[in-house]
Amino acid sequence: MSKRIDVKDLNVYYGNFLAVEDVSINIEAKSVTAFIGPSGCGKSTFLRTLNRMHEVLPGARVEGEVLLDGDNLYGPGVDPVTVRSQIGMVFQRPNPFPTMSIRDNVLAGVKLNNQKISKGEADALVERSLRGANLWNEVKDRLEKPGSGLSGGQQQRLCIARAIAVEPQVILMDEPCSALDPISTLAVEDLINELKDQYTVVIVTHNMQQAARVSDKTAFFNIAGTGKPGKLIEFAETSTIFNNPSQKATEDYVSGRFG
Amino acid sequence: MTTTSLTSSRGAGRAGDKVFSGAALAAGCLILAVLFGVALFLVIQAIPAFTAPAADIQGGEGFFAYIWPIVVGTLIAAIIALAIATPVSIGVALFISHFAPRGLASGLGYVIDLLAAIPSVVYGAWGAAFLAPQISPAYGWLATNMGWLPIFQGPASATGKTILTAGIVLSVMVIPIITSLSREIFLQTPKLHEEAALALGATRWEMIKMSVLPFARPGIISAVMLGLGRALGETMAVALVLSSGALTASLIQSGNQTIAAEIALNFPEASGLKVSTLIAAGLVLFVITLAVNMIARWIISRHKEFSGAN
Repeated sequence: MSKRIDVKDLNVYYGNFLAVEDVSINIEAKSVTAFIGPSGCGKSTFLRTLNRMHEVLPGARVEGEVLLDGDNLYGPGVDPVTVRSQIGMVFQRPNPFPTMSIRDNVLAGVKLNNQKISKGEADALVERSLRGANLWNEVKDRLEKPGSGLSGGQQQRLCIARAIAVEPQVILMDEPCSALDPISTLAVEDLINELKDQYTVVIVTHNMQQAARVSDKTAFFNIAGTGKPGKLIEFAETSTIFNNPSQKATEDYVSGRFG
Repeated sequence: MTTTSLTSSRGAGRAGDKVFSGAALAAGCLILAVLFGVALFLVIQAIPAFTAPAADIQGGEGFFAYIWPIVVGTLIAAIIALAIATPVSIGVALFISHFAPRGLASGLGYVIDLLAAIPSVVYGAWGAAFLAPQISPAYGWLATNMGWLPIFQGPASATGKTILTAGIVLSVMVIPIITSLSREIFLQTPKLHEEAALALGATRWEMIKMSVLPFARPGIISAVMLGLGRALGETMAVALVLSSGALTASLIQSGNQTIAAEIALNFPEASGLKVSTLIAAGLVLFVITLAVNMIARWIISRHKEFSGAN
């Protein structure tokens, strides 16, 4: 239930503007990979190309290949809708559907992909997903209440439950803790550690301690200046990136001597 | 010294605050006073119609017998108008907000807004002079093929000046209202919720069903209610299009009448008790509108918990 991602020579454009240049990276299955780098360096943009979510913005396009266990996501005839049902995403701000109950939020993706699901199966799936997101004990007595009534950290874990309910191959997380308090952040980080037993997880974070805590490998992105494309500077084991990076720019960034 | 500076500083800002809150309060009171004044006027003027002997009221059978056919006629016309206008408006608004290319969307939005600026007498003239003759063959077809339904019972009106035509004209007048409001609401759907749906593998239409429409639901209801208000109160267009008469179930025969058109057609020559009767009819329309709005509020508040506002 998890696949590896291999990116080859990927360029990302918004119209004529080159946002991310020439990224090649190999992301192992059942691992946590963190993307770090300064604001505007293209790490979120690059993350969104991994499930074609960047196409939501008009004029966005890519050159190059993203291979999910060898299948090119940008090959001819590939439907972005299918891609996204296999590569789930958790966003910066928790975004449970406000008009749905907690239960319906968890089932939202499943109902899209598999219209027929019995009540019993649905109940089991809701429990399994919420347990998987470490949220079951907190919400089991109020599954019919709106998801928007939960705290920010609970909402974010509800979003993770919603993402894993469709049993994706990969989960992408775009700064999932940046809107959360430290306690909720800890809960989500613990969850990420558990998720990697089953899923390939890719996480963008501004918090270097978080990258060091949760990830197996870390990719450092940087940008030469305003209007220049973002580039992948270094990709290695997380301990190497933080303790013994090979690039001067990486060392400056992780040691706080940036700029 | 510190205490004086705490109590007396920023006198000018305080005065501005008072002026603003006073102005806002006055505006709020004014609207209530106007509404109350209208209601009071209607009630006082209408009392003779309620107390007069039944034989003196138009039709000779009392106020209730006079009013209920035109209440039903008003509701029929409004329901036809909304039944046509609501789906069309939501479709057009969704097309503008989520499907059309940007250049086309703004042009189309502008054209829709222009439709709302056309005076109702023009719509009435268009309905009577153009739409009614064009559509009467269709009524003939309906009478022949679906005449077993009471609402399409023949013989169809040869002029096409029926309650169905009036309803269609009303729907054209209501469409710009519902479309503009719905479009604004659709555009306000948080990107976050749209992306949540897309990231789960939703197609564009599924995304709209999951995030846009539920978010917009209270707004759509409000928009439809504003449209209904216009359809219930519309006078000129109905007066021109509809060849009025007694209440009939068939929508394709001439007949039926709406309250607003009844008042407009009879008021100029009315005097005495007849004026009171027409004003009482206006009071009934006022009450219907009020009731409809309260029902709409209730529908919206029933789902408050899930509105996303919390």
